[in-house]
Amino acid sequence: MKFGVVRFPGSCDELDALAAARRVGEAVLLWHAERDLQGVDAVIIPGGFSYGDYLRAGAIARFAPVMEAVAEFARDGGLVLGICNGFQVLCEARLLPGALLPNTSLRFVFRQVELEVADADTPFTCACPPDRRLSIPVKHTTGRYFSPEPVRVVLRYAPGHNPNGSQDDIAGVCNEAGNVFGLMPHPEHAVDPLTGSTDGLSIFASIAQGHVRQHVLA
Amino acid sequence: MRARVLVRPKAGILDPQGQAVERALPALGFSGVANVHIGRLIELDVEDPGQLPRMCEQLLANPLIEEYEIVEDTSR
Repeated sequence: MKFGVVRFPGSCDELDALAAARRVGEAVLLWHAERDLQGVDAVIIPGGFSYGDYLRAGAIARFAPVMEAVAEFARDGGLVLGICNGFQVLCEARLLPGALLPNTSLRFVFRQVELEVADADTPFTCACPPDRRLSIPVKHTTGRYFSPEPVRVVLRYAPGHNPNGSQDDIAGVCNEAGNVFGLMPHPEHAVDPLTGSTDGLSIFASIAQGHVRQHVLA
Repeated sequence: MRARVLVRPKAGILDPQGQAVERALPALGFSGVANVHIGRLIELDVEDPGQLPRMCEQLLANPLIEEYEIVEDTSR
């Protein structure tokens, strides 16, 4: 299983995403100006401030050459995970429904939050613990999810844990087909006991397990 | 043509920046202020103004959450 982690100018969580992915498989960095996805099995769009978040978070990154390849990869059913700024990029690229607005508090939030897995039947959550609770940090200013249309909710902030005022406590959504997933919390920052929680690992483990089921055991 | 594109949060979408300013003004002694909203101003020279609506739909605004208004700048 090979992950590709996209690096835009202004990305800042790509190395943590790379390290997290390497706990369950191989992983390489994909440069924003390249169209070649190097034969990866899943793409991660990491957190950060791609292109300085100019205009709107994710609005410019959407036009990067690598995103053309990612859009085609997603259309063909490839797995795409967008974390934080990556979630914003996927919404701007219309690979996911909805948009991210400034937090209602207008403040940067940086804390551990409790999440509930609302949909464990996705390639990104199938290996989540049976109690469906995850403890994962958030760190963002523009995380208030909004969609005028009904969406497939994958993760919700547990009651009392919504850090940004998102609609229906939504923390993460996937597309209808279930192969593109975006979330505001940072699973890549919760993979080592040193940082207090390893719950984020279950997102990466889900992707790897699904890959094994699909390609190795098939 | 010199154009101004005004981008605003769509009606019905919570605008915490507007609310914060609305609450701040009375603190300075200004009264009778309501419905404050904060958006973006984009100024640009365009050869073909007919392209402006598509520019707005595809990049300058996010039509899911924002509305836009195109104004010709005749001041110069």
